[in-house]
Amino acid sequence: MKVLAAMSGGVDSAVAAARAVEAGHEVVGVHLALSRMPGTLRTGSRGCCTIEDSMDAQRAANKLGIPYYVWDFSEKFKAEVVDDFIAEYQAGRTPNPCMRCNERIKFAALLEKALSLGFDAVCTGHYATILTGEDGELELHRSHAYAKDQSYVLGVLTAEELRHAYFPIGASASKDDIRKEAAERGLSVANKPDSYDICFIPEGDTQDWLNDKLGSTPGEIVDRSGNVLGEHPGSHSYTIGQRKGLNIGKPAADGKPRFVLEIRPKTNQVVVGPHEALAVTEIAGSRLTWCGSAPKQPEAWFAAEVQVRAHADPVPCQAALLNGELVMKLDDPLMGVAPGQTAVLYVGTRVLGQTTIDRTVSAVPIEA
Amino acid sequence: MAIYLDYAATVPMPPEVLAVYTDALAVVGNPSSIHSFGQSARQIVEESREAIALAVNADRNEVIFTSGGTEGNNLAVKGIYWERNKEFTSRKKIVSAYTEHHAVIDAIEWLEKHEGVEAIWVPVSEEGEIDFDWYRNYLSEHSDEIALVTFMLANNETGIITDLKKFVAMAKDHGIPTHSDAVAAFGHIPIDFAELGLDTMAISAHKVGGPVGVGALLVSRSTKITSLIQGGGQERGIRSGTLNAAGAKAFAFAAEKALKSMDSHNLHTRKLVEQIRQTVGQQIPGARFSRGGQPGLPHNAHFTFEDAKSDSLLFLLDQAGYAASAGSACQAGVARPSHVLLAMGRTEAEANGTLRFTVSESTSEAEVQQLLEILPDIVATARA
Repeated sequence: MKVLAAMSGGVDSAVAAARAVEAGHEVVGVHLALSRMPGTLRTGSRGCCTIEDSMDAQRAANKLGIPYYVWDFSEKFKAEVVDDFIAEYQAGRTPNPCMRCNERIKFAALLEKALSLGFDAVCTGHYATILTGEDGELELHRSHAYAKDQSYVLGVLTAEELRHAYFPIGASASKDDIRKEAAERGLSVANKPDSYDICFIPEGDTQDWLNDKLGSTPGEIVDRSGNVLGEHPGSHSYTIGQRKGLNIGKPAADGKPRFVLEIRPKTNQVVVGPHEALAVTEIAGSRLTWCGSAPKQPEAWFAAEVQVRAHADPVPCQAALLNGELVMKLDDPLMGVAPGQTAVLYVGTRVLGQTTIDRTVSAVPIEA
Repeated sequence: MAIYLDYAATVPMPPEVLAVYTDALAVVGNPSSIHSFGQSARQIVEESREAIALAVNADRNEVIFTSGGTEGNNLAVKGIYWERNKEFTSRKKIVSAYTEHHAVIDAIEWLEKHEGVEAIWVPVSEEGEIDFDWYRNYLSEHSDEIALVTFMLANNETGIITDLKKFVAMAKDHGIPTHSDAVAAFGHIPIDFAELGLDTMAISAHKVGGPVGVGALLVSRSTKITSLIQGGGQERGIRSGTLNAAGAKAFAFAAEKALKSMDSHNLHTRKLVEQIRQTVGQQIPGARFSRGGQPGLPHNAHFTFEDAKSDSLLFLLDQAGYAASAGSACQAGVARPSHVLLAMGRTEAEANGTLRFTVSESTSEAEVQQLLEILPDIVATARA
């Protein structure tokens, strides 16, 4: 088939492209330009979409003997990912921009463009596997390289998108193997550091960056009963579960440390409380997609596991679709879950679907 | 074998030029050395200088060899500005148009940022014509505030040719020095440096089949210019650095060759461009020939395709075996909305969907015919 290999300039996508070539596909390498003002060089693991990354991707494509192009998605990326990221924070939520990018750019805008230009599939260096289920439908599963498993950020893929997604390194045992393979193939990116930070925040300081974009309006720090405990310099500087830097003079009545429990953008309040209050027993969201075929009876409670962060462990739950809202009752309480995060639902290794978390139910009722 | 339709980006070096170049590379000696080796190398440089001077009707002393068009434009814009500001501290304005090449725009914007220059961008029509009336009025009101005027002779993207002589004459009437970026025009239309009355003019070797990394800035005898690069004082102290004898020779030879065949070359390319223009106009809806009815470089066919993006168009063309261009490429290889089209008042959607075909004597009618057979489908696919 005709494969578009999305090449970030990193080692994973380079090896993925190499395997696609080796598998006999007709492969074209494409680097996505996502930043309007690309910096010139990377700093360690920081940054992405730099000229250096584009050149690394090009060198890898040269080595593989495949054509290479840079496609400009900067406008779409800004509108769909960066602006969304800012808006989510503004609304007091904690978004995952990488998921948004997979959902709106890589497996939407890029895939759409690839299909219209005559490609059959988009190949990426994600660690996840696509299997055919008993019903003959495609299913997304966790990677064997569990530590590197990226099925979480791919939870947004729909059945149609899975049909055109291709993850040649998804079944690899480990990242070390991929680096070794890259070195053997003579790819110069074999030892390039992984990217960890959010690619469009080059300095790596999300709070600083948000302050710059949103400005900071001081507001109240309150407890769950609404008592004012102090003042904050700007609510988006806080994340759920944060303990340090609250600057509350008065200690709590019980003498226990206090944590950020909630951010209320409408009143510009940061709600704090005891550690136990961070625990939630139920999470729910109505912005949801099924990954592959939907469950036959989603309205009936079924056993599953839910994962709320890219590198968090999954936890057992009972899930059901109630009035268009995916509700997940957790078997054991989970700490520090924030609205805006994505909850990905698994059954065994299979990704069933995902929702953006709109609300949570605390394990501890409000103190009197 | 892919078909090359991007002669404005760079012209393949003809075998005869390559032979002259490699022969000259074997000559031993630094042209600035006193001994016989140096003198042999110097002779090559000076013969080349004369040939370049002849090619643009300039005096041999007016040819300053550079590393190419970008250096020439930077040297002229900054060098004239600095020189002028030794005499007049109130002349902070540089008059130009935003359809210029980045080598000029960015040099001016650098001066804005670092030296307090105010750039005056003369309005441009939808077809790329610089508003002469606006320019004349501006000069008559602000002549004592203007350090220099700079307009390109032909636009590298759309190919439009500016009637430079009247712009230069107007500046001269006000005692304002003038520069022109003639990189895109050189080798395609006759250029008479003396008759144009310019102070400086930049040209480049690889746009006429010479080597990359060689160019010249014509600096009229009466023009004073501050150098960008200090060192051994070569090239009248304007451009220090060991003289590139082989580069100069290959440049001169390529330029002579291009000028000698200019008429027959243009006859051929004009026909091809007309063929492209007519077919595109008839068969592709929403296509617009960018310079409209304005005079232009005979080998340049530049279009905007409504609702199609350049990167898709270029990808599909390249996959089909045709090497074209969006106009100008940026560092990371991304096709950006053309600043030239935006300056012409076109929408961002139009500036995003540009394609430039530039042909040569070695482009055949059959090749163009093949292109035109697939182009309507390619544009349709890119729009999907």
